Amino acid sequence: MQINSTRPIEAIQYKSEVTNLSFYYGGFNALKNINMVLHDKRITALIGPSGCGKSTFLRCFNRMHDLYPGNRYEGEIILHPDDVNILASNVDPIEVRMRISMVFQKPNPFPKSIYENVAYGLRVRGIKQRAILDEKVESALRNSALWDEVKDRLHDLAFNLSGGQQQRLCIARALATDPEILLFDEPTSALDPIATASIEELITDLKNKVTILIVTHNMQQAARVSDYTAYMYLGELIEFDVTDTIFIKPKNKQTEDYITGRFG
Amino acid sequence: MKNVNNLEEIRRIIGLHKKWDLIFMITGIIALMIAVLTFMALFAHMLIDGMPRLSWEFFTSFPSRRPESAGILSAWVGTTLVMLVTAVAAVPLGIGSGVYLEEYAPRNLLTEIIEINVTNLAGVPSIIYGLLALGLFVYQLGFGQSILAAGLALALLILPVVIVATREAIRSIPVSIREGAYALGATKWQTVSDHILPYSSAGIMTGIIIGLARAIGETAPIITIGALTFIAFLPPSPVKSEFPYVSFEWLTAPFTVMPIQMFNWVSRPEEAFQLNAAAAGLVLVVMTLAMNGLAIYLRYRMRKNIKW
Repeated sequence: MQINSTRPIEAIQYKSEVTNLSFYYGGFNALKNINMVLHDKRITALIGPSGCGKSTFLRCFNRMHDLYPGNRYEGEIILHPDDVNILASNVDPIEVRMRISMVFQKPNPFPKSIYENVAYGLRVRGIKQRAILDEKVESALRNSALWDEVKDRLHDLAFNLSGGQQQRLCIARALATDPEILLFDEPTSALDPIATASIEELITDLKNKVTILIVTHNMQQAARVSDYTAYMYLGELIEFDVTDTIFIKPKNKQTEDYITGRFG
Repeated sequence: MKNVNNLEEIRRIIGLHKKWDLIFMITGIIALMIAVLTFMALFAHMLIDGMPRLSWEFFTSFPSRRPESAGILSAWVGTTLVMLVTAVAAVPLGIGSGVYLEEYAPRNLLTEIIEINVTNLAGVPSIIYGLLALGLFVYQLGFGQSILAAGLALALLILPVVIVATREAIRSIPVSIREGAYALGATKWQTVSDHILPYSSAGIMTGIIIGLARAIGETAPIITIGALTFIAFLPPSPVKSEFPYVSFEWLTAPFTVMPIQMFNWVSRPEEAFQLNAAAAGLVLVVMTLAMNGLAIYLRYRMRKNIKW
């Protein structure tokens, strides 16, 4: 890692810095002037009531909004260590998506085999050698705690897995390409409590390997898994701090009202 | 003022309203029966008339002045070859247009105009396609009154069907699958070739088969182009015994097709030719039904593996 001498030392531990980020769906201003950081190899959670823009914010990180016409970003999301602004118009969204993976709300495996699902990100990158694919697929499945359950049926259709297994498969698919940041968009909202617990455990285990940003509809989940928490409301970032502070001693009255269940 | 809380009154009102259910049901069944029974009667009539004429010789004989030795060899070979040209032309053009409109085309006025036009093309009378093909393929491009010109005319005719089917099949793929591919860093083409096309192939195949099933019975554009009504030879074989083993001479050969053979026989005064027409009609209907059956089967097969 190259150290930029003009930057304060603690900045190096930021994986990403968001400055003055605003986002527009056509004329609708969905995100308003957000400033935040992602700590390297830590879990940051986004909480807030429905429609507050947390998913919209998450999807800025892999330029998902570029898939649809009429969307516009303002401000910067700087990705370290190379300090590139991933929102810049001269940065190819495909390049951003190759560095930053995403796991979606509902498990969305491709109607292909378990193996091909995990290998797809590698195939997109032009990797064809069987040995490399085999190795990467195995390690991704081990990292997503799915290997023991599927190692004997790698060529079965992914749809035959249970919902929780499908979501872990999607995590394996996102991990196979060694992403720098892993985005989770409410990854357990479609799962039962047991599957949810296994996914949460997995996310906690992944902390030391990759920087994680997770949107959750469930405050307790944020409290359980994350190191840092951001509370959003109506497109604005109300408060961002260490998770314990947010849940025990929030500085903002609005955050406190939400955390204590007075609304939301 | 009526007391609506009176139970007797409520029952009376419900009874009155339910009567309309019954009336509509009976009307619906009658309407359905008219359509189904008419087809059944036509089919049965054709079956009774044509069945005795169906024999191996009927398929292997050329048309003849003597009805009992006349057959449909040149007609079914012609139909097969014309359908081959139609499929080869319509499939890539149709899928290409469908994929472009659905995945690549920018959302603007021009795209919208093109989309409306494509949908409307399906409603253009088929003889118009015949006239277009006569002017463009037969004369302008000099293909003559050939299998190539006929196949291309029918390809134009079924192109809207293939495009619409392709677009609908693509649209039935959930956004989450598409986003899943893009999120892994796939380009548009990688997403299309690795996901969109494979997952929509059943729907596209269904569209192609239904289009071909429509084309197989088309008479008007083929007559306009100038298919022969009496032809006692086959187009040159596409396979040759000497190098380069394949030949495309058949493309420019004169031809006839099943519906035209039927038309020819129906217009003869002799009763025996009418029976020949019925037999040829039977073959044509069975071909069409078989194609539709295949489309239904394919849809069922692919749906079994892919559940969104």
